[in-house]
Amino acid sequence: MMWKLSAGLAGAALLASAGMAQAAGELNLYNWGNYTNPELIKKFEEAHDIKITVTDYDSNSTALAKVKAGGHGFDMVVPSANFVKIFIDEGLAMESRPDQMPNFKNVAEQWRNPPWDPGRHYSVPWQWGTVGMVVDTSVYDGDINTSAIVFDPPESLVGKINVAPEMGDIMGLALMYVGSEPCTTDKDALKKARDALMAAKPKWLSMDYGLVEKMPRGDFAAAAYWNGAAFRARLAKDTIKFGYPKEGYPVWMDSVLILKDAKNVENAKTFMNFVMEPENAALISAFARYANGIDGSEAFMPEDMKTAVEIQVPDAYKDKGVFLPACPKEVNDIYTAIWTELTK
Amino acid sequence: MLTETAGSGRVEAEERRKVRRSWLLSAPALTVLFMAASGPLLIVLVYSFLEPAEYGGVVWKFSDEAWFKVVFQRDIFDGTLSFADAHLMILWRSVRIAFLTTLTTLAFGFPTAYFIATRPASDRNIWLFLITIPFWTNLLIRTFAILEVIRNEGIINTGLKLAGIIDQPIQMLYSDFAIMVGMTYVYLPLMVLPLYASMERLDFRLVEAAYDLYASRLAVLRRIIVPLVKPGIVAGSILVFVPALGAYVTPRVLGGGKNMMLGNLIELQFGAGRNWSLGAALSITLLAIVMIVLLFYVRAVQRASEARQ
Amino acid sequence: MALFGQRRPFSIRRLPGFTMIAITCFVLLYTPIVTLVVYSFNAGKYIAIWEGFSLQWYVAAWNNAAVQDATIRSLVLAALASLFATTLATMAALGTTRVKPFRGLTAIYAMINQPLMVPEIVTAVALLILFAVIKVATGVQGLYYLVAAHTAFCIPFAYLPIRARLEGMDLTLETAAADLYATPWQTFRRVTLPLLFPGILAGAMLAFVISLDDVVITEFVKSAGQETLPTYMLGQLRRVITPEINAISTALLAISIIVVSLFFVITRKPS
Repeated sequence: MMWKLSAGLAGAALLASAGMAQAAGELNLYNWGNYTNPELIKKFEEAHDIKITVTDYDSNSTALAKVKAGGHGFDMVVPSANFVKIFIDEGLAMESRPDQMPNFKNVAEQWRNPPWDPGRHYSVPWQWGTVGMVVDTSVYDGDINTSAIVFDPPESLVGKINVAPEMGDIMGLALMYVGSEPCTTDKDALKKARDALMAAKPKWLSMDYGLVEKMPRGDFAAAAYWNGAAFRARLAKDTIKFGYPKEGYPVWMDSVLILKDAKNVENAKTFMNFVMEPENAALISAFARYANGIDGSEAFMPEDMKTAVEIQVPDAYKDKGVFLPACPKEVNDIYTAIWTELTK
Repeated sequence: MLTETAGSGRVEAEERRKVRRSWLLSAPALTVLFMAASGPLLIVLVYSFLEPAEYGGVVWKFSDEAWFKVVFQRDIFDGTLSFADAHLMILWRSVRIAFLTTLTTLAFGFPTAYFIATRPASDRNIWLFLITIPFWTNLLIRTFAILEVIRNEGIINTGLKLAGIIDQPIQMLYSDFAIMVGMTYVYLPLMVLPLYASMERLDFRLVEAAYDLYASRLAVLRRIIVPLVKPGIVAGSILVFVPALGAYVTPRVLGGGKNMMLGNLIELQFGAGRNWSLGAALSITLLAIVMIVLLFYVRAVQRASEARQ
Repeated sequence: MALFGQRRPFSIRRLPGFTMIAITCFVLLYTPIVTLVVYSFNAGKYIAIWEGFSLQWYVAAWNNAAVQDATIRSLVLAALASLFATTLATMAALGTTRVKPFRGLTAIYAMINQPLMVPEIVTAVALLILFAVIKVATGVQGLYYLVAAHTAFCIPFAYLPIRARLEGMDLTLETAAADLYATPWQTFRRVTLPLLFPGILAGAMLAFVISLDDVVITEFVKSAGQETLPTYMLGQLRRVITPEINAISTALLAISIIVVSLFFVITRKPS
């Protein structure tokens, strides 16, 4: 019976998948899951008669591994800042010169010459954000602008803390907490960071994703996590606040670039120029809830985002943000060793 | 070859024909497996002897560093050598959880399979489908559904609170208990289905005979039923234990990710750790361990059944 | 099946406590599923914050071409993979059970069960490397790679129940058939296959479910536009999972229950 069932299903599905509408051109975008606004896609498809197929990935390393292996069929990918540099260094990115595109004038000054892509010869801002402290102030109402929240937590938060399971971000946060900087080769600092992590871990509850729905539900009361998620959690429960650690906090940016082996290069370039349009960049932000690095896009953003303290970094903490570079191999090995020890 | 056949007569020719038939019947499965499972593993074996590249992948240069790192660790700060106790602890945790999962699925699965096998024949397939239907949703959504049951504001805690039994929620999520519940849930059909397949043909005349000889129910279960369905128990245990050893979605979602399992450790090396060689070496190690465990298990089962006969 | 149909349940079949455990088991199996179904009707934005009844997520899923695409692809893949895997596994099981041990038999076992023994991520990376080379060399894209990969790792799941069934299956009927001058094919078709059927069914169902569940291998093997439901969810895992997924899962459950019920009604032989 399973045979007939299987065969029937397969047949029906094959029929269903045939006969799709044909557009003049196509474009294959490889992006983080649940990160691409369907409205943005629809708008682009209608304006340029180009069919976009979005395929998801769940981590930078997966995306890199797949693109590196080849034969993937993607045209564009949206890696995080430190990985943009890897894509460029490994010869996987195409020098598409977005800096010469008409809409490049909209890119905010601070994102025009980033260290991972000087002069923006390869990539265009997609979204950026920070990693900070998310605290339910109904549980703890002290100072939340310090990473001591997770590394030396107050009594009322012990056993109720979640830390994002992101090696690079958390190692960076720990190194800044002990007064050093991300990717340092200074062994003493790394040792201090390890000790801080090891001492703090028994006071944590979990290292998990899904803060947006878990924190309002009371699964944990504090976290080291991304700002956009903190913002959405606050909308669900208004005692949830986001703190910018004064010891320093990681800043990240995802940028969209064209792959060297892309088949639809012209369409990809059209898309690049398209997302630098403030109105379109605002669509990206409205969906995934992070800032985008395009001047003038604020005007088109949803009302609640314009004033959100999670998205608009207060001036007092602006200079505490640090970009996470791609660590050299020997440092990354130490990172991995510490991380393994931490989660063994 | 020909002269040998002629010399040893028909029996041996028949034997040889049977062996050839075995190979022919297995050949299509083996071909697919070689193309899409075992063959590619050779790549992994080769990678374990190469140097890891800067950003994932490997450099084509021989190195035994990865294998060294599986067993030993050089202290990152003072360079002293010691056993890689982090790896051993992770291995131990994985083995323990996989073993417990096998036991709990057996404890629940055996009576369930027996229940199904003793229904009237026309109903059995319906019960069987009832077992599999929850699994037509995928693993992630099922795991999230369990999370919903055991979390602080989940069904159990809310129920207990309403009943006035507790006033503070019991912390079940993010514990070993949560992992066990989740793994048992996820792997249950892998135990029930093979058990059912071998119980369905259980000859109840034997059971009847035993009762006629005044055997107790426990004795019937132990001496008649269990030995008869042993192939099912073996198959089920393998199907649960081995995948459980490398599981990582369920431990990660329900266990909170604070403590790694082997699957997570290997994934870390291929992912953020950017050390594909070590990942490859760890994988081959896991493969070897599983093979050895299976060998002992099958041997022990065989010996036990021989002893009984 | 008819062979087994005549037996009526006697009290000797009853073992104390077994029925209770079995019923508990079914209840426990369905508790999370019920939650999942309930939350698919959630008016709220997030999977676990109940804000009232609504059909909005069904509407959202209905309008989301990506999610529908992924669902259909998952089903096609599972159907094809379980079909191939069960066929191959049945042949292999017939070839490797009830034979005198010969040199190479252990090797065949080891190879058939090998996909079980390595974590998915390892097979995934290995396949990524191999298939990428083939894709670049031949330029052939398409679902073939996923079907091949899924078939391969489904084989042991189909093989083990079938083998468990075959082992110790009563030989006398087959011998009797042969004695009555049935051709080997007739014996197989009329005697062995019906006897083997419960094992094949169990194996096929396992293979289907396993294929439907796979995330990691699919994530690494898929090409542009080859999203399946699990990889679609995996992508969401890091951000937030919406009740849309619940809606899809509920719809899938409903469809599968309807299909299965219809099937039973149609195939039920008047006894």
